[in-house]
Amino acid sequence: MSNKRVVTATINEETAEFLCEPRQTLLEVLRDSLNLTGTKEGCSNGNCGACTVIMNGHAVVSCLVLGVEAEGAEIQTIEGVSCDGSLNEVQSAFLEGAALQCGICTPGFIMQTEALLAEKSNPTEDDIRFYLAGNLCRCTGYDKIVRAVMAAAEQRQVTTG
Amino acid sequence: MHAFDYKSPEVLAEALQQLADSDGSAKPLAGGTDLIDQMRTGRHQPTLVIDIKKVAELNVLECAGDGLHVGAATPCYRICGDDNVQQDYTALADACNIIGGVQIQSRASVGGNLCNSGPAGDSIPAMIALRGICVIAGSAGTREVPVAEFCTGPGQNVLADNELLVEIRFPPRPTASGSHYRRMIPRNEMDIAVVGVGASVTLNEAGTTITDACIGLGAVGPTPLLAARAGECLVGQTVSDATLANAVEAAKEIISPITDMRGTQEYRVHVTGVLVRRVLETAISRATGDPCVVRPGH
Amino acid sequence: MSTAEKPSYKVIGTRPIRHDGVDKVTGRALYGADIKLSRMLYGATVRSPHAHAKIVRIDTSQAELMPGVRAVITSEDVPEQGDRVVELGEGAVNMRHLAANVMAREKVLYKGHVVAAVAADDVHTAEEACARIEVEYETLPPVLDLLKAMSADAPILNDDIRTESIGSAPSGSDQQTNVAKHFMFEKGDIKQGFADADIIVERTFDTAMVHQGYIEPHNATAHWNADDKITVWMSTQGTFSARQQTAELLLMPVSSVKVVPMEIGGGFGGKISVYLTPLAALLSKKTGRPVKILMSRTEVFEATGPTPGSHMRVKLGAKSDGTLVAGEAWIAFEAGAYTGSPIGAACMCVFACYDLPNGQVEGFDVCVNKPRTNAYRAPGSTHVAMATETLVDELCEKLKMDPTEFRIKNAAGEGTRRVDGPVYPRIGMVETVEAIRDSEHYKTTLDGKFCGRGVASGFWFNVGLKSSVSATVNSDGTVALVEGSTDIGGTRTSIAMQLAETLGIAAEDVNPVVVDTDSIGYTDITGGSRVTFSTGIAAINAAISIQEQMCQRAAILWETDAENVRYEEGHLVGPSDQRLSFRELAEKLRELGDAVVGYGTSGSETQGGAFGTHCVDVEIDPELGKVQILRYTIAQDAGTAIHPSYVEGQMQGGVVQGIGWALNEEYWYDEQGEMHNPTFLDYRIPTCYDVPMIDTIIVEVPDPQHPYGVRGVGEVPICPPPAAIANAIYDALGIRMTELPMAPHRVLAAYLGRNTDD
Repeated sequence: MSNKRVVTATINEETAEFLCEPRQTLLEVLRDSLNLTGTKEGCSNGNCGACTVIMNGHAVVSCLVLGVEAEGAEIQTIEGVSCDGSLNEVQSAFLEGAALQCGICTPGFIMQTEALLAEKSNPTEDDIRFYLAGNLCRCTGYDKIVRAVMAAAEQRQVTTG
Repeated sequence: MHAFDYKSPEVLAEALQQLADSDGSAKPLAGGTDLIDQMRTGRHQPTLVIDIKKVAELNVLECAGDGLHVGAATPCYRICGDDNVQQDYTALADACNIIGGVQIQSRASVGGNLCNSGPAGDSIPAMIALRGICVIAGSAGTREVPVAEFCTGPGQNVLADNELLVEIRFPPRPTASGSHYRRMIPRNEMDIAVVGVGASVTLNEAGTTITDACIGLGAVGPTPLLAARAGECLVGQTVSDATLANAVEAAKEIISPITDMRGTQEYRVHVTGVLVRRVLETAISRATGDPCVVRPGH
Repeated sequence: MSTAEKPSYKVIGTRPIRHDGVDKVTGRALYGADIKLSRMLYGATVRSPHAHAKIVRIDTSQAELMPGVRAVITSEDVPEQGDRVVELGEGAVNMRHLAANVMAREKVLYKGHVVAAVAADDVHTAEEACARIEVEYETLPPVLDLLKAMSADAPILNDDIRTESIGSAPSGSDQQTNVAKHFMFEKGDIKQGFADADIIVERTFDTAMVHQGYIEPHNATAHWNADDKITVWMSTQGTFSARQQTAELLLMPVSSVKVVPMEIGGGFGGKISVYLTPLAALLSKKTGRPVKILMSRTEVFEATGPTPGSHMRVKLGAKSDGTLVAGEAWIAFEAGAYTGSPIGAACMCVFACYDLPNGQVEGFDVCVNKPRTNAYRAPGSTHVAMATETLVDELCEKLKMDPTEFRIKNAAGEGTRRVDGPVYPRIGMVETVEAIRDSEHYKTTLDGKFCGRGVASGFWFNVGLKSSVSATVNSDGTVALVEGSTDIGGTRTSIAMQLAETLGIAAEDVNPVVVDTDSIGYTDITGGSRVTFSTGIAAINAAISIQEQMCQRAAILWETDAENVRYEEGHLVGPSDQRLSFRELAEKLRELGDAVVGYGTSGSETQGGAFGTHCVDVEIDPELGKVQILRYTIAQDAGTAIHPSYVEGQMQGGVVQGIGWALNEEYWYDEQGEMHNPTFLDYRIPTCYDVPMIDTIIVEVPDPQHPYGVRGVGEVPICPPPAAIANAIYDALGIRMTELPMAPHRVLAAYLGRNTDD
């Protein structure tokens, strides 16, 4: 009783067309149909943020979006945050600041940080902690993550003037 | 997840027709932050999911002479980011700012929060306090139900199978009024309210006497509650600790909390008292013009 | 901070970028769930809705008829184990229990216990098929309370369990029981010790079952080939342990199983046991196709290996001058469905921070209808630190002694004999307390009406065990380092740095890779805070071997004997002062004989133990009972910090896990044994908005058993936080919290019910 349909979306600035059943989440589609496995699954009910992607300019947990809802949407995943093959400021800050241990939450944190910096270019520590509260990390104790976000914000302000 | 069909109408009449045609086996989808998880766990197994986000009437966010209109599918981030809401319907902004995390707020709607009808839904006590009215459309036309009467039990509400919540309308705010929503959660974010309290207060011109008050309570009964007597007992009273204490006692009288993994019954009764007082204090301060910036969770 | 003159290192103590970092910030790193193989099937499991029941009947026929379903298995497909006990890396395991935990045989012993599994073309079909499998149960009364489970009339979970006596415990009876183990350790004369004490404090403590809470759920993909070779792709803390468990469970030789380690999304002790791997393998055997199974978050909570809830009674006695003279502890741990809680470690850790002349410790491993417990970061030590460190604080209060002064006076040191027997080599307990005493944090006065400060210390053994590495010199002067230790938190880099230091080359010139069980020598689990220590030693040994081979190759070049060539700081130096850098010689290796490959192993070394002391400031809302962490400082002996950033990271991460355990985390069961909070919404691990920055002080008291003085750092930071926070709550409100978690409702109840006469 397959009721698959064709969905067309812009994913990481490229048009993507995929077949999907209504019951498939965007997370499942990204990972299984499009092989974009950088988006991680941690809980499947919106509580851990590991599957965070940016959809139409807003951070969402892709486990709580249906794939069919992506019709016509613009979606950015971890694979699309840096298009020229190098690392962007946020990725560099996480890497240089040792802001990851096991790394499973890292793509979600980076996407959420992208959303934060798009909204607020110079966030305070409290802003960062509030904005990232939907992303769980069990390894780092968050200290180095928060510092990396601060460093990324600073660096981005330097590079974008 | 079970298999289902998906439709995304762009016109209200079309959505209503699809609902009517499905004999109760359809579920409307707005932000999906409750529904998709509930379908994953098997709690809901609709054969049709009707994505109502593209219907214009369900996406309004307008503040006009007749008050505030919030489309049922309007996501939280738009609501708490709206200047009018922040300024005049602050309790609603307070609530929308703490429903889930930022990612949830990108999608979740207050209409969905209402239709999910959880006793602890954060936006509901705020909307009760602001005297929200649910505008419900069905094949037989439109009817209005106060937010305070919308939920009828855990996960249950007044909507018939062929009805759709279109918007929540809030009356214009009088001058010298203020409102606040606050909840007790064990963490500072990403939690379900152990107790949630919304309150709206209007003062006289001198700012000394309460001329109107409305209090909503969450997570202390099978549905969110309007603490009617608690609000009424404040009217005509001067602002004082004793006045607020009366409201606290009146609020505690109507609650029937349970013990669960989020808190004990005894604790919830106690916290209801603490939060009613604190929320009223903040609402009163806001009515006097002090914005009272609150740090969620603290 | 350094406590001794530190050798000058070139690589150790620096902060190079981790080798696997780019893959992890770009999403390219492949974790267990990311694997996709040709013709792969997807598995799902049927799990018990009951905590305790007999399985009467399983009917899989409806599921098997579904289109897209390729195989169904039940316990009939899992080989019978009989009575065998096998050493599996982190302790001996009863194979019948391990097999029954993977797939329930006659009884289910906890909600979520697997009773059947399905492989299908997609995961949705597999789940639908699971829903069509009918299982008839005869429910039995669930045994959920630890003390009730110990009573003679309690319903019995496992009919083959008799109490095993360990240490000086009296031998057990032949009766069926839920008490699987009884430990007893004694030292000195406890009666005399308490008789000599001027002050005695005693309290009873309870802690709830908690979970490691790694963000990546368990996963396994297996392919059973036609030649009976089984390949497994999974995230695991130990490929060789996973290989052995899988082989033993399937009654196959270990050599028939190859475990390919994928990146692992956190473990903390919880990814040592296998759960899905044998099921995926058996489904693959039936279908001839690879099968992938992923756990849901709820399955992870309900049916993996959390750490036990506990009931403890601890008593301490001290002289009026502050000398500890006696300690007594009675500790019972929930083993979960089958024996195996870390009660033994708890008994050894309970007084491990102190030089205690007279002590007695008794411990019990008790089966209850909850998931079979497993290791969680310093297993057992956090529980007992909550008890002992609370009582130490109480002694300090009664003695009017500063908590750091008391700890320094009584700290265990080199030569101290622990109650369970071992004598410490050089350790750094005192130094960690001194570091807190001298910290900016401790020296700053804490103001605020409902604010309080607490101090607590903790201990973890750290283990050695076996590791293997091989290292090949490339012609461009870099080294390819091959290792078997799965990397959870940056150990590729800490191992590579030790190889680089020994060879006198840059950390960036080492390329570490973690490989499968067919491609490297035996390596024990990533656990016990052992990898940087033990795999580090293996890497150093490999580097020494490379040094020797490079000297031989230089000798060929310089037409001299190898003994005339010296290896100095990354250079080969000949008898006539000829000098070549490592890289220069590497470029010439093609003409200089055999390939240069160093092998290194470790296994005989044991670690000296890790200590930490923490200081925390809290503020409490006295009307809500909610505790906010204002400031936190951790001082820990790292021996020698190889990569300080990742040492700090372990310390900070351990502290925040400890904060979660202290304040909010717990398995919330109803009377039927159903966990009501198996989601990250209601199982409340800390978010970044719940904690402040965690200040770290790395104390370095080198462990003489490691060439560079490394001590493992991963586990001990989780031990002190609950006690430190409990002591801070006492300082703020005057109430002693003796139950974990110290959730708002408990703190408020204790505060409102406090004895206000004090």
